[in-house]
Amino acid sequence: MTVAIDRATGKRRGDRAPRPGLGQRVKNGFQKYWYAYAMIAPVVIVLGVLVGYPLARGFYLTLTDANSLNSARTIGVNHIDATYEFIGLDNYQDILFGPTAYDRFWSHFLWTVFWTAACVALHYALGLGLALMLHQKLRGRTVYRLLLVLPWAVPTFVTVFSWRIMLADSGALNQLLGALHLPQPAWLEDTFWQRFAAIMVNTWCGVPFMMLSLLGGLQSIDSTLYEAAEMDGASAWQRFRHVTLPGLRAVSSTVVLLGIIWTFNQFVIIFLLFGKNSAPDAQILVTWAYQLGFGQQPRDFAQSAAYGVLLLSILTVFTSFYFRWLKRNDQLAV
Amino acid sequence: MSTTTLDTTETAPAPAAVPVRRTRRRGERGPLGTALLHGGLALASLIALAPVAWLCYLSLGPDKDDYLHPGGIAGKLTFSNYGFVLQHTGFLDWFKSTLIVALGTTVVGVLVAATTGYAVSRMRFPGYKPLMWVLLLTQAFPIAILIVPMYEIFSELGLIDTYWALIAINCSTAVPYSAWLLKGYFDTIPFEIDEAGRVDGLTPFGTFFRLILPLARPGLAVAAFYTFITAVGEVAFATTFLLDDSKYTFAVGLQTFVSEHDAQWNYMAATAVLIAIPVTVFFYLVQRNLVTGLTAGGTKG
Repeated sequence: MTVAIDRATGKRRGDRAPRPGLGQRVKNGFQKYWYAYAMIAPVVIVLGVLVGYPLARGFYLTLTDANSLNSARTIGVNHIDATYEFIGLDNYQDILFGPTAYDRFWSHFLWTVFWTAACVALHYALGLGLALMLHQKLRGRTVYRLLLVLPWAVPTFVTVFSWRIMLADSGALNQLLGALHLPQPAWLEDTFWQRFAAIMVNTWCGVPFMMLSLLGGLQSIDSTLYEAAEMDGASAWQRFRHVTLPGLRAVSSTVVLLGIIWTFNQFVIIFLLFGKNSAPDAQILVTWAYQLGFGQQPRDFAQSAAYGVLLLSILTVFTSFYFRWLKRNDQLAV
Repeated sequence: MSTTTLDTTETAPAPAAVPVRRTRRRGERGPLGTALLHGGLALASLIALAPVAWLCYLSLGPDKDDYLHPGGIAGKLTFSNYGFVLQHTGFLDWFKSTLIVALGTTVVGVLVAATTGYAVSRMRFPGYKPLMWVLLLTQAFPIAILIVPMYEIFSELGLIDTYWALIAINCSTAVPYSAWLLKGYFDTIPFEIDEAGRVDGLTPFGTFFRLILPLARPGLAVAAFYTFITAVGEVAFATTFLLDDSKYTFAVGLQTFVSEHDAQWNYMAATAVLIAIPVTVFFYLVQRNLVTGLTAGGTKG
């Protein structure tokens, strides 16, 4: 390494200045960055109060045996103090390995994984298919586009009720199936069909977002790439495989991650489709945790919060692996 | 080569007799391809439209069991359900509650998030990466992790069954989300504008408030619209935290028509249509910007 000597000061550049002490570093950092910190202060404070504090509090709750009978509460004018006790990691131990842990946690966990994988795969496949179709020059393209976005535009809590009417025992869907002489499953009663219905409704709700994002991705691919591929004699499939898919990589990796997170956390569809106390086997972890905390008596706050912590851990681990995997693939590609 | 030229000269008259086969130009389709495309898109559109259209149709049937005999509705179409919903249910109260909660969330969320979106778009500072991680991760929070402690905290503060509690909770997702969205938008504003401002002697705050904020109005609007729509559609917290039925938001109110014992599907359908129309129109006004905002933040982040 060459060492340059600064003519003005006679100091050698390239040498590291001696590392200032901690106090000095904090002071320097503050002087240099104080406006940045001032600008992010509102968000940091709001998130600290609205997310950080409840999170810490929730984590503490998971280490106790809190439920609605021993928490602090006010009945009329009487205030009753909290009497729950610290029990360490017993809740986690109980959820993961306790008796009937399979029925309570692992069966829901497996169903949640399957639900997420199936829904995101369907979202992506259908979304990509529709985006490719919408990308063609076609009369009436705008009309199709507007119609296809409808499931995203109408609030989910409205459309889920619409599905609930259609899926009811002698609802529209079963009447249609009956007219076609097909079997008419009990959509909202039988476990298998409940799960089927949940995936179907969620697919219906989630495809438009994927479709629009991927359509945006398709439109940003340089058309000269297609011309070049065609000059080289690439078939339609080869053009799709070697031009379209690589061109969609950046958009795909983002929307797939978003899709996985959203589907994993999807509360509204299952909660509203089956009502409050039915379909225990079709509950994914989020709605199951909610049932534990608010859908039963006594309300089991500690276990519900422990489910929340487990869910967040799963998502965090998954997301960091996903990013690592993306990074490695990008490096390989370059 | 020479043989081919010879061949063509010999067979030159032949093509005149055979009808010329039109070669397809790039990107052209045959009639079959076009038919398939139209067919596929029409089918998909039909599936997308059907549940919504069905709801509108059922809302016109006067009886609560009409959904079992949809054919009968056509003979007795009436708007009586709408009249009943507007006059005899809490619809207007719910409308007010929804508006308060959603507008409150939007105002607080976007105001708080704006400066941060700018800071993470333009500045690098120690703690930048952790902050971006927090912004990203809070969007991935399952409701299950916050709902229990929030319930406890708000009970202690006596804020259960108030709009404040709901606004605060909605902000916990709206703020990081808006910051993320706005970062994506600020990234598209050229850096030279900031530099020009700095050269003319503006402080970083001055640059932000006088130059960037006015330019970012479309981005702010998208963030605001999206926050608003998300707040309207929030179900879990509203269902848990609102107890008084005059304070229900739409998402809770709609559930009251369907209990385990009785289901008034006709009123439910009418209410659903009344809710869906304004929200849907609103959505269509901003959806084009929404998608670019959503994916831009991610790909560049």
